[in-house]
Amino acid sequence: MGERLGRIAAIAVKEIRQLSRDRLSLGMIIGIPLLQILLFGYAINLDVRHLPAGVADMANTELSRALIADAQASQVVNIRTRVTSAQALERLLRNGKIAVGIYIPPDFDRRVEDARRPAAQLLVDGSDPTILGIAEGLTGLSLPSRYRPAPAAMPLFAVHDEYNPERRSAVDIVPALIGVILNFTMVLFTAIAIVRERERGNLELLITTPVSTLELMSGKILPYIVIGLVQVTLVLLVGVWLFHVPLRGSLAGLYLASLLFIAAGLSLGLFISTLARTQFQAVQLTVFTFLPSILLSGFMFPFDGMPRFARWLGELLPLTHFVRLVRGIVLRGASLADMPADLWALLAFFAVFMGLAVLNFHKRLD
Amino acid sequence: MNADFAIRAEGLTRRFGALMAVNRVTLAIPRGQIYGFLGPNGSGKSTTIRMLCGLLRPSAGEVSVLGYAVPREAEALRRKIGYMTQRFSLYEDLSVAENLRFMARIFSLPRSAHDVRLGAALRHYRLESLARRRVVNLSGGEKQRLALAAATLHDPPLLFLDEPTTAVDPQSRRDFWDNLFALAAAGTTILVSTHYMDEAERCHRLAILDRGRLVAEGPPRTLMRDLDAVVLEIETPDPQRAGELLRAQPWVRSVAQLGTRLHALAARDAVQPLEAVRQRLAAAGLEVRVEQTAANLEDVFVAATGFNRDDGAAGHG
Repeated sequence: MGERLGRIAAIAVKEIRQLSRDRLSLGMIIGIPLLQILLFGYAINLDVRHLPAGVADMANTELSRALIADAQASQVVNIRTRVTSAQALERLLRNGKIAVGIYIPPDFDRRVEDARRPAAQLLVDGSDPTILGIAEGLTGLSLPSRYRPAPAAMPLFAVHDEYNPERRSAVDIVPALIGVILNFTMVLFTAIAIVRERERGNLELLITTPVSTLELMSGKILPYIVIGLVQVTLVLLVGVWLFHVPLRGSLAGLYLASLLFIAAGLSLGLFISTLARTQFQAVQLTVFTFLPSILLSGFMFPFDGMPRFARWLGELLPLTHFVRLVRGIVLRGASLADMPADLWALLAFFAVFMGLAVLNFHKRLD
Repeated sequence: MNADFAIRAEGLTRRFGALMAVNRVTLAIPRGQIYGFLGPNGSGKSTTIRMLCGLLRPSAGEVSVLGYAVPREAEALRRKIGYMTQRFSLYEDLSVAENLRFMARIFSLPRSAHDVRLGAALRHYRLESLARRRVVNLSGGEKQRLALAAATLHDPPLLFLDEPTTAVDPQSRRDFWDNLFALAAAGTTILVSTHYMDEAERCHRLAILDRGRLVAEGPPRTLMRDLDAVVLEIETPDPQRAGELLRAQPWVRSVAQLGTRLHALAARDAVQPLEAVRQRLAAAGLEVRVEQTAANLEDVFVAATGFNRDDGAAGHG
C-alpha cells in the first residue's frame, strides 16, 4: 500500500513539475476560464440591445409618439426607419433591414382605452429565436404614467408581468459556465496526458516498470483535481465580483458538486487518452464530446424544451447534471440533499469511465 | 536447469498481420553475460526484446525470464529488469536528478536510500555536474549515460538494451561498453541489440537475426572460426572489374571492396579457391595477389544473412 501511494505520488509530482514548466498549459489553466467567463459574461450577452427597428406610426398622436420614444429609450431597439404602411414594414423585415417592426394602428388612442384589444403590434424577425425572445421584452413597455388614462387601465400587453425588466443573463450563465469551463479543460488536459507520454516515448519505459495502470491513472488525475478546483474558485470570484452573481446556497456543497464533476471529466479524458494515438486525435475527440455537452446540457437551451431523444442523450452527459446542481445551489439556494439523483449520476459517470480507461489501457505495446 | 540461464525462449514467434516479425526463435541466454542481438533493421531484434520483457505478446512460443513465465508473470518480472528503449524515453522537461528520483520512487527504493543511490549513480555515470540540467539540453552521450543510470538504479539482475548506442559518438560508445562490462562483472545479465559489428564482437555470446529468424548463435570467436567459407583477400589494380568477374562465379558467395582490395567469401567445397581466383582473373588479363585470411564478424554476418543480397550475386545459403 505504501509502495502504491509512493508510486502515485511520484507520477503526480512529475506531472506537476512538467506542467509548471509548460507555459502553454499553465496559461491555459488560468487563461481558458478567464477568457470564457469574460466572453460569455460580456460578449455573449443574451440581453441583446440595439436591434434595428422600423416604425409605421399610423396614429401619429402624442401618445403614439411617446410610445416610440420610450421604445427607443429602452435601448432594446434602435429605430432606423419610419414608414407609412404595414406592408412597407413587412418588406423591410423580409429584406433583413430591420429585426423588429413597430406598427401603431390609426386608432391607437382608442385601443389603449380598450382592455380587450392590443393597442399596437410588434412584427418580429422570428427566424432568430433569440431576437424573438428579446423583442418580447419590448412588450414590457407601458405607457408613461402621465399618459395613463385611468388607474384601472390594462397594461399594453398581457405578458407584461412575466418579464423581468432587470433580467441579466450573466446571472444565469456564470454558474453553469463553471461547468462548461471544467468540462473543456478537465477532459482536454487528461485526454492529452497519456497520449503525450505515448508520443514522446515515455510510455514504453513506464510500462516496463512496476507502476500499475490504476496507479498511473490516479497519479495523472490528482494534480488536475486541484487545478479544477482552482478554476472553480476563479470563475466564482470573477462571477461574484464582475457580474454580481448571487451565491445563495452553500459553498461547501458547490465545491463538492464541482469535485464530482471534475472527477467525471477527468475520467472521460483518461478514457479518450487510451483511445487516441496522437495528441491531435485526443483534441479532436475532446471537441467531439464538448459540443453535445454545450448543446444538450441545458446550458444554452432550456432542457425541458428539447425533444425526448435529446433529453435522454442529455441525461448521459455530466454537464447536464452539473448545470442543474450548480444552478440549484447558486441561484435557488438549494442544498445537495435536494438533488441526490444528479450527484449519483456524476459518481456513476466517473466510475464507468475510470473503469473503461483502466480496462482499455494495457501495459503492453500490442 | 533454469538456474544457469537468465532467459529461455522456445519457438518464439510474432506476427504483425501478414508479416512474420519473429519466426520460431529459440534462445538460451546464460546468466552474468553480455548477450548480443545482431541484425539489420527489421530483423526482429526489438520485437524479440519486447516479447522477452512482456511488452508484446508472442503469437506462439514459450518464454521464461529469470524463472518467470512471460507474458503471464510479466508484472512480477518488472521489478527485476532494467530496460533501455531504442528511443530515449525519460522526461526531457525534467532535470537529470529529477528523472533519477522519479525512477527511484517508481521502483519503490527505500526513501532513506534515495540520496545515496542517486549520488552514486550520478558519480558513476559522470552526471554530477549535469544533475540540475534539463535533459532536453543534454548531448546524445549524456542522455545515454542517464538512461543507463536510470535503468540500473534498482540493481536489476537483468538488463535489456535496445540499440543503446545508435545516437552516440564513438568515444561515448567505448565508455558505454566499459560500463556494461563492469555491470556484467558484478553479475548482471545484459541483453543488447546492435547493428555495429565492433559492438557485437565484444559480446560474450551473439545471436544473429535475419528477417525474424535466428541464423547463427554462439560466442563471436567460435562463429568466426567455424565460418563455413574461405575468406580471401585479393589485391588487384582493377578491383571493380575483378569484383564483377568473381561475382559471376557460382562458388564465390560474396565480394566486398575495401579500398584497393577485394574481400571475398568462397564456398569451402570449392576446389582450391586461391588457385581458382588467380586463374580466373589471370584469364581476364588481371594481375592479382590472393591470400587466405581469418574471418571477421562481418563475414559471419554476411554468410549468415544469406550473402550479398544487395549487390545482385546469387545467394547460396
